[in-house]
Amino acid sequence: MSATASGHVGIETASLATPVQTLEGIAGRPISNTRRALRRFFQQRLAVIGLLITGFLVVVAVFAPVIAPTSIETADVMSANQFPSVTHPLGTDAIGRNVLTRIIYGTRTSLIVGFSAVGLACLIGIPLGLAAGLRGGWVDFAVMRVVEVMVAFPGILFAMFLVTVTGGGVRNIILAIGVTTWVTLCRLTRSQLLSLREQEFVQAARSLGVPETRIAVRHMLPNAMAPLIVAITLAIPTAIFAEAGLSFLGIGINEPTPSLGKMVADSAQYIRVYWYLGFFPTLAIALAMLGFTFVGDGLRDAMDPRQN
Amino acid sequence: MARYILGRLLGLIFVLFAVSLITFLLTRAVPGDPFASGERRLPEATQIARAAKYGFDQPILIQYGRYVWNVLHGDFGVPFQSPSQTVVDLIKQTWPVTMKIGALTILVSYPLGIVLGLLAALHRNSLIDYFVTFGSTLGMVLPNFVVAIWLILLFGVGLGWFPTGGWGSPAHFVLPVIAYSLLPTSLVARYTRVSLLESLGADHVRTARAKGLAERRVLVWHVARNALIPFVTIMIPEIPNILTGSIFIEQIFRLPGLGRFFVTSTLTRDYPMILALVLLVAVVWGLTYLFTDLLYTLLDPRIRLA
Repeated sequence: MSATASGHVGIETASLATPVQTLEGIAGRPISNTRRALRRFFQQRLAVIGLLITGFLVVVAVFAPVIAPTSIETADVMSANQFPSVTHPLGTDAIGRNVLTRIIYGTRTSLIVGFSAVGLACLIGIPLGLAAGLRGGWVDFAVMRVVEVMVAFPGILFAMFLVTVTGGGVRNIILAIGVTTWVTLCRLTRSQLLSLREQEFVQAARSLGVPETRIAVRHMLPNAMAPLIVAITLAIPTAIFAEAGLSFLGIGINEPTPSLGKMVADSAQYIRVYWYLGFFPTLAIALAMLGFTFVGDGLRDAMDPRQN
Repeated sequence: MARYILGRLLGLIFVLFAVSLITFLLTRAVPGDPFASGERRLPEATQIARAAKYGFDQPILIQYGRYVWNVLHGDFGVPFQSPSQTVVDLIKQTWPVTMKIGALTILVSYPLGIVLGLLAALHRNSLIDYFVTFGSTLGMVLPNFVVAIWLILLFGVGLGWFPTGGWGSPAHFVLPVIAYSLLPTSLVARYTRVSLLESLGADHVRTARAKGLAERRVLVWHVARNALIPFVTIMIPEIPNILTGSIFIEQIFRLPGLGRFFVTSTLTRDYPMILALVLLVAVVWGLTYLFTDLLYTLLDPRIRLA
């Protein structure tokens, strides 16, 4: 059936002499799905903007010590509470620390927490989701009960608990956020596998006698990847948001490590006069969230196979 | 159907047990002592007597067993932060505040979001569409605690139109509701727009138009109905979230609601209050999820309950 169909198309392209662009994949080397998705991704303006923003933030975070105008320890009390100027582009805070430096390092903290927490969530959630979706039976039952309990837990409260138990700091924040976000990834992985299991191509493979492991690895996983990648990308801004929130409440990152959320919280008491103390960290948080959200949305649209 | 609901309710009871046990163990694992705070340290004898009064000298599982037994009899204990009341009293006193803010937020944000999303979808790529898309993106990336601070600064301190925080007159509602509505409004507007656009382009809608149905009939009967499902997905799960309050909003606007107690209870190691709050949220969530799943079957007959 498929052989006759492609043969038919082949004859047509040959007679047309110049292959039609959409038949590229048949006439020449087949275009992989990844390349097609990438091409669609770069065709979206917002996605590219998002990628540029995240790229910029990553560079800033990685090269923070080089870019920052002052050292992170510098606190010049003599020049405290200065409005933005040439020497202090975004002003100084109440104890004379350079706000731009703090924001650069705060962005670093945000990204470290965002990436690591989501990484941790992947390490817990995806294997559990795979086990539940592929094995089914009691494994599925057990995993889903754990998931149900985690879902019923108010996420921020659970994170707050963990932070108070472990005592704050970057590593413990990562732990707390990771432990509360794996559930989404686990459920998604499982539901992807469950719906794929019933699809014709998987059943076809099964009826042809393809071993179950091979079906899982070659046929189901690649198809489950797209929504997972999107979910992982979109989990990063959520984690960044959670860190900012916890630090804002005073139960997150501890001094002297800078955190954007904490900067916003600290600025609240001075904000009537020193507006810039809260404004620029806000901008940085919004920028980070915006960048990752745009990339995530762009990936979703690019990898949706229903699009052409 | 009845069997399904019964099964889900049994599942919820299991979840409540698990949630309460985990919380119970966690609260006991937290370093810090609820009686250690305050200016002067209590004499050792008093501390021991206090511990005995609240049962802290017992093995942990016995403590938990006793707690469950009490809860089943409607006794959630006495909050350490205000020992003259019971936990139930305190929740009865604070939840209405949160519910009022929450209900107002839903009443403002859902209709507003739907209208904005509708306008954006029906006038695709127009100025309205860009405005709505831009605004809703902004609403989703700006943390509400940040927005709250700027609202206070602008309308409370700067213009002096509304109080900067506190509780009492209807004027106290305005800023918290605006700050709190931002995210749900944006979410609803975005989803309304996307699901309407998807629905507008569907084959059955083209068919309905092709057979000459009036545009209004097409929109109401063929487009709106299918666009409802994503609504249920996005809007209903937000409701328990909104009704149990935002920690940030209540903290910033100094609202005497539930959300604020999440923070104060954790910080002051108020075990009975923490447990009660967690159980409350778990119940509200569990019931909402069940309700959502039931609603799906009504909206889409293809979905069957397992």
